Amino acid sequence: MRMVSFRLLSLLPVLFGICLLSFVLLALVPGDPVTAMLGLEADPAAIVALRAKYALDDPLPLRFLAWFGHVLTGDLGRSIQTGRPVLATVAAALVPTLQLGAAATIVSLLIAIPAGIVAAARRNGAADFIASFIALCGLSLPSFWLGILLILGFSIALPLLPSSGYAPFLSAPGAAFAHLVLPAITLGAAMAAATMRMTRAAMIEVLSADYIRTARAKGMPRGRVVWHHALRNALLPVTTLVGLQMGQLLGGVVITESVFSWPGIGKLTVDAIFARDYPVVQGSILVTATLFVLINLVTDLLYTVLDPRLRPRR
Amino acid sequence: MTARSHWWQLLSEPRSLLGVVLVGLVVVAALLGPTLYPYGPDTPDFLATLAAPSAAHPLGTDDLGRDVLARILYGARISLMVGLGSVVAAFVLGAPIGLVAGYAGGWTDGVLMRCMDVLLAFPGILLALGITAALGASLPVTVAAIALVNLPVLARIARGQALALRTLDFVTAERALGFGGATILCRSILPNALSPLLVQASVLLASSIITESYLSFLGLGVQPPTPSWGNMLHDAVGFLDQAVWLACFPGMAIFLTVLGFNLLGDGLRDRLDARDR
Amino acid sequence: MTLLLQAQGLHKSFALPGGRRLLAVDGVDLQVERGETLAIVGESGCGKSTLGRLLLRLQEPEAGRIALDGADTHALRGTALRAMRRRMQMVFQDPFSSLDPRQRVRDALIRPMLLHRLRDRSAAAREAAVLMERVGLAPAQLALFPHQFSGGQRQRVAIARALSVEPSLIVCDEPVSALDVSVQAQVVNLLQDLQRDTSVALIFISHDLAVVRHLAHRVAVMYAGRIVETGPAADLFASPAHPYTRALLAAVPRLTRRPPAPLVTGEPPDMSSAPPGCRFASRCPQVQAVCREGAAPPLRPVATDHASACLFADMLPAWPVTTPSPALKPIDRRIAAYRQSRDQERTGARS
Repeated sequence: MRMVSFRLLSLLPVLFGICLLSFVLLALVPGDPVTAMLGLEADPAAIVALRAKYALDDPLPLRFLAWFGHVLTGDLGRSIQTGRPVLATVAAALVPTLQLGAAATIVSLLIAIPAGIVAAARRNGAADFIASFIALCGLSLPSFWLGILLILGFSIALPLLPSSGYAPFLSAPGAAFAHLVLPAITLGAAMAAATMRMTRAAMIEVLSADYIRTARAKGMPRGRVVWHHALRNALLPVTTLVGLQMGQLLGGVVITESVFSWPGIGKLTVDAIFARDYPVVQGSILVTATLFVLINLVTDLLYTVLDPRLRPRR
Repeated sequence: MTARSHWWQLLSEPRSLLGVVLVGLVVVAALLGPTLYPYGPDTPDFLATLAAPSAAHPLGTDDLGRDVLARILYGARISLMVGLGSVVAAFVLGAPIGLVAGYAGGWTDGVLMRCMDVLLAFPGILLALGITAALGASLPVTVAAIALVNLPVLARIARGQALALRTLDFVTAERALGFGGATILCRSILPNALSPLLVQASVLLASSIITESYLSFLGLGVQPPTPSWGNMLHDAVGFLDQAVWLACFPGMAIFLTVLGFNLLGDGLRDRLDARDR
Repeated sequence: MTLLLQAQGLHKSFALPGGRRLLAVDGVDLQVERGETLAIVGESGCGKSTLGRLLLRLQEPEAGRIALDGADTHALRGTALRAMRRRMQMVFQDPFSSLDPRQRVRDALIRPMLLHRLRDRSAAAREAAVLMERVGLAPAQLALFPHQFSGGQRQRVAIARALSVEPSLIVCDEPVSALDVSVQAQVVNLLQDLQRDTSVALIFISHDLAVVRHLAHRVAVMYAGRIVETGPAADLFASPAHPYTRALLAAVPRLTRRPPAPLVTGEPPDMSSAPPGCRFASRCPQVQAVCREGAAPPLRPVATDHASACLFADMLPAWPVTTPSPALKPIDRRIAAYRQSRDQERTGARS
């Protein structure tokens, strides 16, 4: 418990730094934020009120503190395009992203872990060589190109799956699934490549360990050795990697959502940049980075829970 | 083992040989292609728009009649410039930060690494997007943005190396002899820390090229009319049903280039591990 | 006076994970005179390496004073610090990590000379060749990298590097422990010759009394962070006044038929929670109740220039005197003959 609170505490400077960086980035934007937010023919009183609220006439450090204060209360400003609160907009966009992320993670694990195990078990054989090479190709493949090729193949050449759009899961599960397939594969492929390499490396290291040799010497059949002893120990670094990948997803969705017009946080960010809707840009970057940090923290803590060697000694 | 035998071994292993070949092809294409190839990347030919690959245009033309191969060759230059530029910039800035943090320890280490942690807290593309949003999209901004994404990665590795090296006796000996911290960092720590940094740099080269293509595809990287493989693909999406080749070749180019650098990086890492053992 | 280095009341502890502190050096005094060899002897973990580093200010003591030629070395900075560093050098235990693998031997020797502005570049290059010959290596080997030398040769290079700045004192931290037995004698002889030629003082840290026997003028025995006995080498070996010293001496292998029975067994105390009283009490064959009480006993003189920290130093049983019997066995005669011829050959010794 003490370690958890220690880790959370050491996060605070990083979280503060995220806020600082987000603020600085958007403070660099030229032009007057108020005109951007309210338009050129806005009511003078409203302009004055807005300037006071965000301390826009004060020097930069005070502006940051005013903004930071608002952030802490959950007020990330209002979207210039829609006028709705940024936090609500971002939160709403998170739902499709999480769906996509979950689906992509499932796809990647389904491919990567068996492939990694097989490659490790038949190390340096034909299967290993092919699997490793495919994984490296997967890593080198720009995911948007994969997405385009998949659209070409499954939406245009063979009109099987929709190439864009989104359907809510609860109301139309079939359509939702159809819309999810191509984006999930696109996003999951890159994850799968990295996860497969890590699984293979971890399995190789574990399989060559002495306790595995002992188990084999005792006569344990190979499959049981792989499953019972090796896999559980190899899963440790893999779990960490999957956790990190889930964090990386937050970056990968930007591209995939743009290719497939998936209404998630990535598309929101990109659209907002083009529309110069800076409150939304700032808000979505802030939320995404915070989520990323929290996911990594949870992964770290999970790792210490899973690995008895890392638990703090009493 | 001398350094020469390292490079020889790099070529003898099939995968790293493939990597060297691919990277070599891209470098040659970037250096010589645009000058040797008759078509320019920006010359429109309205009589031959969206032409399929043929003898006249080996990779076809786009919607403005521009030769695709010419644009791809020029795009190679862009990719390599952005890739190299961002990695070199990240190295020049990040390695000293990490080395100083690792060697000095204490407050310096804490503060510097917290800053690096903040940069690492953003998923790479997101950080690059944020910087682009702030400063406007252009080639220099793209290079700077990707450099900032790469910087903390190199800094972390440099710090790890410095932490390990500073406990070694020869570093203590340098202190005993009277050399100051800066001299020790430059002459004792940095040369011995280079290998893993260079391996990571080659991996980052691959990821930088991909990130540039992402940004350009979104329209937030290299701006038209300058051809980048990423923005070529952006334009290709609108013509997927009419001109498949517009989507295939730039993507293939990115794929082969990145694959080459990844193979090279893997090969370097294997050499490094083998030598250390 | 000829007193070169004097240390008083040195204390050093290290933080352990979990908040405790490991006491490494606990109230050590020592002094070294010009041209003298002081041996600091003790088992692994007694703090002698830390002591060596404290003397050179490679680590900062938490308490105590170190004076070089009477001048306190504590507050030195910048040029003055560099001047002090020049006068005190170190040779490390591990020949494989004490030389920069990416630096040629030539640069390792020349750079210190240039740093302290002792010579210009060409003179430094000539001096490097001279140094190589002095330590028994060929000047042609200057262009080589450390990994191209053997362990013993690397230690010679390390000694040459230490000599390059013409120090007044060299701390040798177990310089021969990582070397083959046959090479150990060569390096020890080299150090002796160098001292004879240059009057450099040596602090020789070792766990092996046999190595130190012929080299040291004075010996300080260290146990669990404290000096427990100090005195001229001859006196210490002839009549050791502390049970721990006796135990160390008894463990030295000799060419007798029967191996000596061990005088003491067990482990040194856990220095993160040091027990009260004499630290050696848990293993001492002559321990009394009073030994376990109060503070650790200080050094008290037992003879001229010979001090011991044992409360019962003058009541220890008589130490067997080992004078060689006149009737030498054949093996003893052969060994004596070998030693004689080796000493005569020493001027032409190669690595």
